[in-house]
Amino acid sequence: MEKTLDQFNIVICGVGGQGLITLNKILVKAALNEGYEAKTSELHGLSQRGGSVETHIRFGEKIYSPLVKKGGANLIIAIEAQEALKASYYASKKTETVFVINDFIASIPTKEPIPSQKISELLKDFSKKVLLIPATEFTQKELGNSVLAGMYLLGMAFSNKLIPLKYSSILKAMEEIVPKQFFDLNKRALELAQKND
Amino acid sequence: MEKILSNKKGDKMVLLGNEAVIRGALESGVGFVSTYPGTPASDIGNVFFKIHKNAGVYFEFSVNEKIAMEAAVGAAFSGLKCLVAMKNFGLNLAIEPLLPVMYTGVKGSLVLMVSDDPSCWSSAQSEENTRPYVYLAHIPTLEPSDPQECKEFTKLAFDLSEKFKIPIMLRLTTRVSHQQQLVTFDELKKSQNRGEFIKDVHSFVTMPPRVLEMKGELLDKVEKVKIVSEESEVNKIIKRKKSEMGIITSGVSYVYTMEALKELKLNIPVFKTGFFYPLPEKKIKTFLKGLKKVLVVEELEPYLEKEIIALAKDANCKLKIQGSDLLTPIGERKPEQVLSAVAKFAGKKFTMDSTKLKIETPKRKPQLCPGCPYRILFEAIKKAVNVDEVIFGGDIGCYMLAGTPPYFLQDYLSCMGSSIGIAHGIKKISNQKLITFIGDSTFFHSGLSELANTVFNSSNPLIIILNNETTAMTGHQPHPGAPANGGFIQIEEVVRALGVKNIKVVDPVNQQETVEAIKEFINKPEVSVIISRKPCLFVKK
Repeated sequence: MEKTLDQFNIVICGVGGQGLITLNKILVKAALNEGYEAKTSELHGLSQRGGSVETHIRFGEKIYSPLVKKGGANLIIAIEAQEALKASYYASKKTETVFVINDFIASIPTKEPIPSQKISELLKDFSKKVLLIPATEFTQKELGNSVLAGMYLLGMAFSNKLIPLKYSSILKAMEEIVPKQFFDLNKRALELAQKND
Repeated sequence: MEKILSNKKGDKMVLLGNEAVIRGALESGVGFVSTYPGTPASDIGNVFFKIHKNAGVYFEFSVNEKIAMEAAVGAAFSGLKCLVAMKNFGLNLAIEPLLPVMYTGVKGSLVLMVSDDPSCWSSAQSEENTRPYVYLAHIPTLEPSDPQECKEFTKLAFDLSEKFKIPIMLRLTTRVSHQQQLVTFDELKKSQNRGEFIKDVHSFVTMPPRVLEMKGELLDKVEKVKIVSEESEVNKIIKRKKSEMGIITSGVSYVYTMEALKELKLNIPVFKTGFFYPLPEKKIKTFLKGLKKVLVVEELEPYLEKEIIALAKDANCKLKIQGSDLLTPIGERKPEQVLSAVAKFAGKKFTMDSTKLKIETPKRKPQLCPGCPYRILFEAIKKAVNVDEVIFGGDIGCYMLAGTPPYFLQDYLSCMGSSIGIAHGIKKISNQKLITFIGDSTFFHSGLSELANTVFNSSNPLIIILNNETTAMTGHQPHPGAPANGGFIQIEEVVRALGVKNIKVVDPVNQQETVEAIKEFINKPEVSVIISRKPCLFVKK
């Protein structure tokens, strides 16, 4: 397979239990399916207890580091809007970072939530584009399960041509990663994103 | 995860560094695995717990790391290939059996996998660096950089251990343990999980004067491993153009170094050392000759840099050595730190994007799960006592979150089991009221002797054992106080046997009973124990 991509860097962030690790696995498999080298980094432990979670995926011709560097993310997918602010560490105008943000706030005790419109305003300094998508609301309404928000956001990132991978590679990776009984639902979340774009 | 047992050479699988260590052990024919769960090393136990029967490997979650090590020593004395795994703090316990087994050596093989946690992502007590233990024990140590190397280095560790009859350490850090990469498999080796202890007093008994002979034998073995280290291809030079500059690195720092050189378009030769101990000194000295300056890129304290300074005295006394002047010893290494250090070292212009967020980033702290039984216990405590008049002792587990809002029930926190030991000290010199928390798994890990001491030296803290029937924080591993497992031990029986008179088992859901028990016991002149029994939400019934 012809390899032309030097490197592509994704950060996915959210709150424990939003299915980040699954998205991470799908993206790695999809990149490998296209013949790229790929590495990821994830953290285990207390992050499972409703804390912030962040995973990194890097793929390209030759990849050494599992971590995206400061200001080095091409794409940031935030499954919770306030977490996107923290991930701005990995965003920059220079890299032309694009944010795909779920218009959904998981409140933090004793803290006033920051409205998602304000978040997307603040992130303009760090990015080429910020997409704010009501993924939780939409997947709950259309599919009856907001755990699919992450998959829907991945679909939106894909249909906006923000991920340099083939749709067929993502689907094939999903088949390998997602348990059979949930595959159709996940596939529908991905497909709905293609239609809604 | 069963695919990790594939016996097809050339098969590929995306693995975490920890999982690649497991694959490496299976390809070496490991027969005995013991561990106590601790992140970032906990995957070793979690995966072996699932696959050990199909793999034909004996596996156990030991009660603590010292015992995990001792069990592996016993099996390795009896000829088996053994893997023992733990996080950095675990070695603080396991160092006791490790030091003498370095002297005696083993009949089979013994590989010790330790994972450090720079930045304390999953660690409460300190940013412990395992490297000084390497010197203390004289244990040959390999530091892989990525999952493929985790697998290869594990196999090398088993080979070395078998050949030289001494334990070998694999030292990982969080970003190696939890880094994922496609790993290529070799064939599996058949495991042997039965052995025989053949009496050999000369080899297995450390007593003076023999013990000093044994030290000599150990140092001889290390010299022999050093010869292997000098020739091993895990210590390699990534030769670019001839240069007056060079970089020396190991572990995860290597991957950031290579990334930095690529980005800065620099052709500086890199010496990657897979052995941290014994270092390939001759090979490094040859590398240093002809250089004007060298950069040592490592994580945490600059132990490797100190070695290079010592070697340079001999090999190239005018050499300028950099590293700790450009890189902080606090927190994990980050790619941008290495990028900036390499750029400064090489005199290459490079500016980091410095856009600042115009708002403070909201911090989301971990919380107890909704419906967690600990929540109801903490509520009962707030009802039972005036929290301002009571000292609250913390220990290692999910209940550390007692210290966070809205509870604020944690006035000190140290290491496993210490809530009771420290409580005893406070109670001996002060009449202040004191309640300590300790989880069931932590109680068996290192609370038993602390409780015995409290009885023996008579002090009167109120100890609450949080009996949620699992090791929750590290991913729900079994322990002796959980009825679902074989070898179940009833906690109240142990507590009674240790001489405690005031014992009550409560279900925290019954708030009135719990509040009354706390009120009654907090004023007792002797030590009291309340066992708050309610399984974690994730315990499968």
